[in-house]
Amino acid sequence: MSRFASAFRPDHSALVCFVTGGDPTPDATPAILDALVEGGADVVELGMPFTDPMADGPAIQRANLRSLGAGTKTADIFAIATGFRARHPNVPLVLMGYANPMTIRGADWFAAECTKAGVDGVICVDIPPEEDPELGPALRAEGISLIRLATPTTDAARLPAVLDGSSGFLYYVSVAGITGLQQAAQASIEDAVARLKAATNIPVAVGFGVRTPEQAAEIAKVADGVVVGSAIIDIVATEGANAPAKVRDFVRSLRTAMDHAREKTA
Amino acid sequence: MTLINSLRTQPDDRGHFGQFGGRYVAETLMPLVLDLETEYRKAKADPAFHAEFDDLLEHYVGRPSPLYFAPRLTEELGGAQIWFKRDELNHTGAHKINNCIGQILLAIRMGKTRIIAETGAGQHGVATATVCARFGLPCVVYMGATDVARQAPNVFRMKLLGAEVVPVTSGAATLKDAMNEALRDWVANVDDTFYIIGTAAGPHPYPELVRDFQSVIGKEARAQMLSRVGRLPDVLVASIGGGSNSIGLFHPFLDDPSVKMLGVEAAGHGLDKEHAASLAGGRPGILHGNKTYLLQDEDGQIIEGHSISAGLDYPGIGPEHSWLKEIGRVDYTSVTDTEALEGFQLLCRTEGIIPALEPAHAIAAVRKLAPTMDKDQIILVNLCGRGDKDIFSVAEHLGVSL
Repeated sequence: MSRFASAFRPDHSALVCFVTGGDPTPDATPAILDALVEGGADVVELGMPFTDPMADGPAIQRANLRSLGAGTKTADIFAIATGFRARHPNVPLVLMGYANPMTIRGADWFAAECTKAGVDGVICVDIPPEEDPELGPALRAEGISLIRLATPTTDAARLPAVLDGSSGFLYYVSVAGITGLQQAAQASIEDAVARLKAATNIPVAVGFGVRTPEQAAEIAKVADGVVVGSAIIDIVATEGANAPAKVRDFVRSLRTAMDHAREKTA
Repeated sequence: MTLINSLRTQPDDRGHFGQFGGRYVAETLMPLVLDLETEYRKAKADPAFHAEFDDLLEHYVGRPSPLYFAPRLTEELGGAQIWFKRDELNHTGAHKINNCIGQILLAIRMGKTRIIAETGAGQHGVATATVCARFGLPCVVYMGATDVARQAPNVFRMKLLGAEVVPVTSGAATLKDAMNEALRDWVANVDDTFYIIGTAAGPHPYPELVRDFQSVIGKEARAQMLSRVGRLPDVLVASIGGGSNSIGLFHPFLDDPSVKMLGVEAAGHGLDKEHAASLAGGRPGILHGNKTYLLQDEDGQIIEGHSISAGLDYPGIGPEHSWLKEIGRVDYTSVTDTEALEGFQLLCRTEGIIPALEPAHAIAAVRKLAPTMDKDQIILVNLCGRGDKDIFSVAEHLGVSL
């Protein structure tokens, strides 16, 4: 069974947690990733920092700048991934970021590095299906999942193109907007998840603007997974050396709330 | 008849100019850029759209702009005849308004009720604020906080015109960050908002439509040249930031093999120091929706551009220029801040024209080129903006306090 298949199980909603690699320093990231797993994250998304994160809100923008300011290089991200894989053989690891750092040395190089580092999937914000040849074929050749984003503007006519070549899971961006700000109404999330699940067999995880255990619990009732990023980044930003313990406690609060929500509906 | 070997039929149906261009945007924006492309195709085929565009250019912008022979500059440089396409005489003082007229007509056609734009020096912001006032649409202009401080007169102009100017403090707080912030606004306001991009870059179809709207420069110049001297110029010269004034001049001449073209990038303090010459000092990468030459490090992190001209300090360039460089149709060179300042003063002194610092780069290149050419040859330079906005920074660089 692939790592994604064990994470997205029918008996629970998977908790997908995002942090920016190298924030606040490359040396600090491994302990934060471990804290995500200890708190109950089922999938870890490691952000590759970029100077121009145009789909991200202020929290993740600042995390990118802190990381780059600390001198984080692409090689550091792969070193962090390699270490994570050694410590956590079964937890799916996803690299998330922007096209330029991923393709600058060639998509084949990037895909091969992902394989070496034990990365399971890649989310590239600014390569839509129309530009798939830039990255998709290289990832698929290495058996790395290309995780696509679906959004409120992805209509029925467009959805098949988004699903074509997607694997691992489908990331539903619940609001038209940037990361970490407003949250979508629960009803619109439920409608969207139902629509997406009717069109695909791969799991559907919902993210953007999910900040509290209560919000995560509501989404967990209907979605295969819940993605939380900016709220964790905020803890990293404010807690400094204490971040891992606080991150673990916060993630645990998300996990607990999501499990209770499922029990109530079961 | 379609010319099979024409260089004027780019981009392809996926918005690519060779390996460049494309639509590298987040999924939320993808349906919007597809929609824009569909609407632009319809507008392009609609005589009424062209009629309204032409009418506004004539009566509101003041086109056609003159074609002017510069006798004293020609004499001073002692070589080829130098002619200027006077786009600095347009309403708002630069070529930027041509594109804004076209895009706001598209926005109205698409039923959009709110306009956003990015700006560096403020010229595109002023042009966008101008057309928004003209058509009564609310306008939000994103401008790097650093540029807001440097370009106070243009900030005030935009406010007079009714626009809201939002200082962008993220990243390096300059033009590229303003563009990031405009994209973030657009992604959050997909239903009612039209993004008027100021240069021939960004996701397809922007590079194509900005080029088409700016091509009025080259179409007019080509006809004016034929009617005034009975032949085409030997060399076209234009400055390049994102590349909209240059592609607007060059594109109508691309299939004239006798016409050489020279694009002039900003070499800032020098190509081995801080500069904004993406073609000379960058390599292909992906930013702001398109693949093109970018200033970047080995990991693909974007490096800030530097130029004395705030309109040129963008770390990328329009994708069609990247393609024209690779196929060798256009030559590209660069001039430093110091050379541009000399070009600026040269034109003031010889022709009584105060140019913007952007075309001052083109003049600096002409200063080197003209003496190497014969007196019966013709150089046509795009004078894409006037220098009123730049007198404060020029004074500062010359050590004069105003």
